[in-house]
Amino acid sequence: IFTLQTFGDPGKMKDYHYTGPVEHRFSPYAFNGGTVLAVAGDDFAIVASDTRLSEGYSIHSRDSPKCYKLTDTTVIGCSGFHGDCLTLTKIIDARLKMYKHSNNKTMTSGAIAAMLSTILYGRRFFPYYVYNIIGGLDEEGKGAVYSFDPVGSYQRDTYKAGGSASAMLQPLLDNQIGFKNMEGVQHVPLTKEKAVQLVKDVFISAAERDVYTGDALRICVITKKGIDEQTLPLRKD
Amino acid sequence: MALEDLCHFRDIFQEDITTERFSMPFELKEAGLSFTNNRNLLHFYIPEVEYLDESPIQFGQINLMQSASAISSQESPSAFPLPTNLPFTSSQTVPLPFPMAHGTTTLAFMFQGGVLAAADTRSSCSGLVACPASQKILPIHSHLVGTTSGTSADCMLWKRILARELRLYQLRHSRRLSTRGAAKLLSHMLHPFKGTELCVAATLCGWDGGELEDECHDHEESAGTTKTQKPDLGMTVGPSQGSSFTPQDSSRKARLSGPRLFYVCSDGTRLEGMLFSVGSGSPYAYSILDQGVRWGLTVEEATSVAREAVYRATHRDAYSGNFVDVFHITSKGWTRRKREDLKEEYYREKERQRLERKTQHDILRANTSSRHKPS
Repeated sequence: IFTLQTFGDPGKMKDYHYTGPVEHRFSPYAFNGGTVLAVAGDDFAIVASDTRLSEGYSIHSRDSPKCYKLTDTTVIGCSGFHGDCLTLTKIIDARLKMYKHSNNKTMTSGAIAAMLSTILYGRRFFPYYVYNIIGGLDEEGKGAVYSFDPVGSYQRDTYKAGGSASAMLQPLLDNQIGFKNMEGVQHVPLTKEKAVQLVKDVFISAAERDVYTGDALRICVITKKGIDEQTLPLRKD
Repeated sequence: MALEDLCHFRDIFQEDITTERFSMPFELKEAGLSFTNNRNLLHFYIPEVEYLDESPIQFGQINLMQSASAISSQESPSAFPLPTNLPFTSSQTVPLPFPMAHGTTTLAFMFQGGVLAAADTRSSCSGLVACPASQKILPIHSHLVGTTSGTSADCMLWKRILARELRLYQLRHSRRLSTRGAAKLLSHMLHPFKGTELCVAATLCGWDGGELEDECHDHEESAGTTKTQKPDLGMTVGPSQGSSFTPQDSSRKARLSGPRLFYVCSDGTRLEGMLFSVGSGSPYAYSILDQGVRWGLTVEEATSVAREAVYRATHRDAYSGNFVDVFHITSKGWTRRKREDLKEEYYREKERQRLERKTQHDILRANTSSRHKPS
């Protein structure tokens, strides 16, 4: 069980071996599972997440998507502790509104990423337990993906997976989108249809092997025409 | 109220953040008043209130330097929303459920052609490679570059803060702050966080100009630095260089300008030197550098020594790998070499070894066959 564990303790075998007297402290964090994925193309970006909200052995909800629309060209995916996800998206929405009112224009994806980095670092000693990935279009209309760690370190990528199944999905994306570790292949640029199909396949695989991922998949495709959402069922077990 | 005094209710639940107090803290702190407030005592810590502040991070303003240890609970709240009372008075921060990114190999050394900085690009997170292509050498301004080691979020943000403070200094004083000054500034900014889990170990590599004109270009540097001058080092750390030191000429401009290298760490260390390597792969890098670095290296030789050092370190250290970045700082600013994949280097070296073995084998066979030739 991942929940409520401090870093470096006996871990999963705690229930099976006697490890001595243990002091249980209240932990303000919980792990609610979920996986988020984002892919950037030449003129599109895709942000996808599963919709399962779990805690320990229970499932709280099968319909809790983790992508949140910020502007017409930016979607953020947040996974980790659901309480912090909600609060963080509220803060970002408020800051976006403030920016719009004082600067009379919407924030660009790069600006939102930089702002999120400082918001997260502002809580350096009591962090938001959220793994964020921002997907959107930059000023030139090209796809952009920004991936964050819980304390605000970020960088721009072409693709990134975050959340509970990220360690399983990231190598697959490295291979299929980044053409890494393959000899003699042609680097074909990714089309939107192929990217959407790849995301669906990848999440189906994740749902097979990760217990915290499943139920349904929500895909948001961002193009200059707007944001298009699709939902796809996944394994419910 | 008596019961609250008895159980230190006020101390425990002292609320730092309420909206109406944002306009207050500056004057009150200066006036030295202990802040008595009429806020609701049951007001819990609400993290999102920080968005009402001007900027979430307020460093460089001496009054509001956040002390990480809650020394006096009467200390008036800064705009920096640390929950200073609740977790810290229990002498332990809230345990994190996730690991932070650490582990690296970075190095920097001075030679006659300036300063060379090199680093790997693997960002690891307790066994998982969080990012294989992160950037660990961050330019701060045109003549100052910092290598980063430790927690990547801390390094990225502190470099941004340092860049901002240096830019402000440049605008206020119409000259760039020297590398020594930048190192001191960074060290003093990190000092309030000593004892916390902040982890930044940076080497600042820069070229100090002489006296600059108002535009802060250093076009006059070419005159001052064509002769190979060595900086006047009061305290030299690192392996001794093979070549001898020539005494510095006494003009202040010549003494102040030139390449500089400082190591700053979040535990308070601040050292000047000619050669530093930081990170989990630094022992491996030091062995290559101690053997190969001299003052008289050419730029190509120095680059190849730096690349070799990072390559060997990535080969042996699990937490370093992927690519190598090399930055070169001269009087004209920093230049960046194209990022190189070390996997290719490994295969190239294997190929070289194979060819060497083959030629040796051929020579051996030729020798033995010639010996067996009938005389």
